[in-house]
This record gives sequence, C-alpha cells and structure tokens, in this order.
Amino acid sequence: MTSRACVDVRTLRCMRRARDTIDRNYAERLPIVALAAEAGYSVGQFIHAFEAAYGETPGRYRSRRRVERACELLRSTNLTVTEVCMAVGFASLGTFSRRFGEIVGRSPSAYQEQAARVGGPAPIPACFALMCRSGLPASPAPRD
Amino acid sequence: MITGISIVSVWVLDQDSAKEFYTKQLGFEVTTDFVLDNGMRWLTVRPPGSTGQELVLMDPSHSMLDAETAEQVRALVAKGALSPGVMSTTDCHADHAVLADRGVEFTQPPADRPYGIEAVMRDDSGNWFSFTQRKGWS
Repeated sequence: MTSRACVDVRTLRCMRRARDTIDRNYAERLPIVALAAEAGYSVGQFIHAFEAAYGETPGRYRSRRRVERACELLRSTNLTVTEVCMAVGFASLGTFSRRFGEIVGRSPSAYQEQAARVGGPAPIPACFALMCRSGLPASPAPRD
Repeated sequence: MITGISIVSVWVLDQDSAKEFYTKQLGFEVTTDFVLDNGMRWLTVRPPGSTGQELVLMDPSHSMLDAETAEQVRALVAKGALSPGVMSTTDCHADHAVLADRGVEFTQPPADRPYGIEAVMRDDSGNWFSFTQRKGWS
C-alpha cells in the first residue's frame, strides 16, 4: 500500500458506500453516472477514485460481481445460460460470455457442464430460482 | 488452557461516533471509557447483559501504531475492507427490522444459509459484521 494510502478517508467512505450500493443492486442496470452523482462526483472523478480504492473501475467491479453470481446460479440451478445472463443483470449474451470467459477461463456453458459432471444435477429447479429473482431475496423474506 | 476470548479489537475512525453507534443504534452498553496517560482512549462495549466478549473500539491514530500504519488502517476501515467477526442473534429477521429502522446500514438482508439465517451489516466506520442466527440456537 503506497500511493493508495494517500487517498483520503472521506473519499474512501464515499467509495465504500457506492460499492455497497453496487453490491446491493448488482443485477440492476444503474447507470454509473447515477452512482457518481449520488456520491457527489463527476463520472470521471468517480471512476478514478473508485479504481484508486479498489483496483478496478466500478463497471468492471460490477460485471465481476455479476459473473461470480452467475457461477453460483450455473452450479445450483438448471437455468439456461441466457436466463442466468439476464438474471444477473447483463443486457447482452455476448458481453456476458466475454466477461465470463475473462474471469472464469471458460464459457458459461462449459462451466455449467463441468459443474454438473462434478457435482451432479443442479439442486434448485429453475422455477424456484426465477421466483427469487436471481436466487437471493431482494428484500427480507417474510417471517412465519 | 485457553478458556475463551474476552476482548476483540475493532478499529474505528472516530471513537465518539462509534460509541454513539454501538450504544444508540446497536443497543450495546459501554463497559469502560477512559483515557490513558499516553493519550490512548480505552473504550469497550458489549451486547446488553452479555458477560462474555467485549469489543474495544480503537482509534488507530491513538494506538500503538506508527502514524503511517495508522493511516493505512484508517484507509482499510473506510473502504470497507475489514471485518471484525460475527454478531449472533436469536431472531435475525426481527433484529434486522429493528436495527434497519434505527438506521443501521445492511449490505445484505437476512437470507437462509446452510448454517442459519444471515444478514450483513456495517458499523458507522465501515467495518462489516455478519449478523447471524445459527441453526439450533433460537
């Protein structure tokens, strides 16, 4: 930690709040400009400060979180690759597959096939997974 | 023989604000709050009625750390990189509702996990805690 330690604490807190917002809403297509505005920055400043704090731009961070979530869905549900792509917030299958390949090292369908070979059939039926949107409740589950 | 863990250190950015957060928002009680001769403020809190573990809310700038390291720790806390541990609850959904109502920031709402029901919250400095109702505990 050298140059990054120079980033001031106030900025880091703003970036952390913005990153938490991304995490909470990873599947939504919140424009980066809106996140920047909420944090009180211009887009350019926001992207720069976010990257200084976390080592990647907010867009890259979000797409990585989406791919991580997609891995979980591909392993644990029998959703199709296209359904998973949409469920985690990608608008295009091409972007999803490319980013997935960059991070995971193989295509989503190859990943899904291998997970099924190793771990057996996906335990959660697609209808249930879709009902819960992308598998996690968006709001607290109702109490019994 | 080690019989337990009595105090865990939590780095905070501002001890007054942390004291306010842990007592008013989380409902903890202050067990000790005094300033040592060397300027270090020893501030400990614990969940109400607990006789076990306490948290010591430490200001990195007034601790055993040198100035440069203290700044690094402050940066890590502020950016949300540190997690002191797991807070246990007997009713994750109900407590989440109460705490969220008091303005506690949650990064994840309660969700079923193999080991219980878990939410994730942040303190006022940026530390994150798992907030978990373990299976079989309630």
